Amino acid sequence: MSSVRVLVGTKKGAFVLSADGARKDWQVTGPFFAGWEIYHVKGSPVDPNRLYASQSSGWFGQIIQRSDDGGATWAPVGNKFAYEGVPGTHQWYDGTPHPWEFKRVWHLEPSLTDAETVFAGVEDAALFSSTDGGNNWQELAGLRGEGSGCSTLAPKWQPGGGGMCLHTILLDPGNADRMYIAISAAGAFRTDDGGANWKPINKGLVSNMTPDPDAEIGHCVHHVAMHRSRPDVLFMQKHWDVMRSDNAGDSWHEVSGNLPTDFGFAIDVHAHEPETLYVVPIKSDSEHFPPEGKLRVYRSRTGGNEWEGLTKGLPQKDCYVNVLRDAMAVDTLDECGVYFGTTGGQVYASPDAGESWAPIVRDLPAVLSVEVQTLA
Amino acid sequence: MTETNARVLIIRVVLPQHLRTLAQVGGEVALEVAAPVTVRRVLDALEARYPTLRGTMRDYGTGQRRPFLRFFACEEDLSHDSMDAELRRAVAEGKEPLLIIGAIAGG
Repeated sequence: MSSVRVLVGTKKGAFVLSADGARKDWQVTGPFFAGWEIYHVKGSPVDPNRLYASQSSGWFGQIIQRSDDGGATWAPVGNKFAYEGVPGTHQWYDGTPHPWEFKRVWHLEPSLTDAETVFAGVEDAALFSSTDGGNNWQELAGLRGEGSGCSTLAPKWQPGGGGMCLHTILLDPGNADRMYIAISAAGAFRTDDGGANWKPINKGLVSNMTPDPDAEIGHCVHHVAMHRSRPDVLFMQKHWDVMRSDNAGDSWHEVSGNLPTDFGFAIDVHAHEPETLYVVPIKSDSEHFPPEGKLRVYRSRTGGNEWEGLTKGLPQKDCYVNVLRDAMAVDTLDECGVYFGTTGGQVYASPDAGESWAPIVRDLPAVLSVEVQTLA
Repeated sequence: MTETNARVLIIRVVLPQHLRTLAQVGGEVALEVAAPVTVRRVLDALEARYPTLRGTMRDYGTGQRRPFLRFFACEEDLSHDSMDAELRRAVAEGKEPLLIIGAIAGG
């Protein structure tokens, strides 16, 4: 019988939540790496027993952990993330030049074809890869314009509220040379040659309250999602606005429609219905909690614009948690499961594509990330 | 003076709890360090013995102490001294440990 394994990163450790395909009875293991911030844990699609975790601390820096047995045991691997060449500067919040400094790994994206290959999105924004299971890391420096002649305007990138983080990495299942990444608050970028050269893909994004609302870069992209069957169709939760692209990011149009607020962080796509999307509307950029104290997932079955609130099993009063950008995921069971974690430490699961929800756990540390593995 | 040969000394080091967990050690760590004993040499020996500690105490790029770590010995703050300054005789003789301490910050 199929089963699922939910990988949860929190402010104070990692947890693994397991259930059979019914997704009713859960086993909770952890905390792993107790006391450390676990920004992300993700498994290899090639070998589901191979997991990678980003463990970090303001005191002790960055550690990368690897498990080869599905999370039962872990071992540290390489943690040296050295920028190529002279790192240079980016813009600080006040517009002054600020040195590029490595702070942490936000996101780990294992290769679709090789369990030993994994990509890492880091703060200050850059993309690294490892081809030896995380032991050694090399920057794909073309993203920052290093050595490729590619002008990505990196010296003009600025941090968002969470720092200047590369938080989203999407690998095209049909084209090994194509990859999308997103950076707060620079925007989205695409490579078509395996990472040597990159182009900003932000046409159509409008960020009001910035000096140049439709600039080539400078957009606070919170997260981007795709369905694996249609890698040219992208969905974006921007700081404000939910956006859609039907041409691999060459242009975007807004699909916020009837959402109660189009601010938010998380966005994901149903595993079997490429036009079914999920977002969690958040009141505003200064009030990081659900509108009216009601935690609602919104689902669109029309690829955006028309949204319905999903509330069954979710708190509908006095709820003031946030759902962060990497804290939503879907499984691939026949009836698609949807999962998200909150800054209040709850991880909710819906085994019926969002119709009903129940907490797997209620009292974890603040949840930073949620990923799901569907196991045979 | 504890010596394994004429110039190699046994130095005691106390790590913060998170680094003990990472290195999978219990209490104090005893390290062989060639004289003259300095913070740099102690950290070099520590990282050679426990490679998982690389990057957790000093920055990979600059080699500088991470900002939220402090070094103490004999009740003195060594955090802002040169990493190449020779440590006190009591540390070199193994009578006092070098303390690596996480700054108290964050509540």
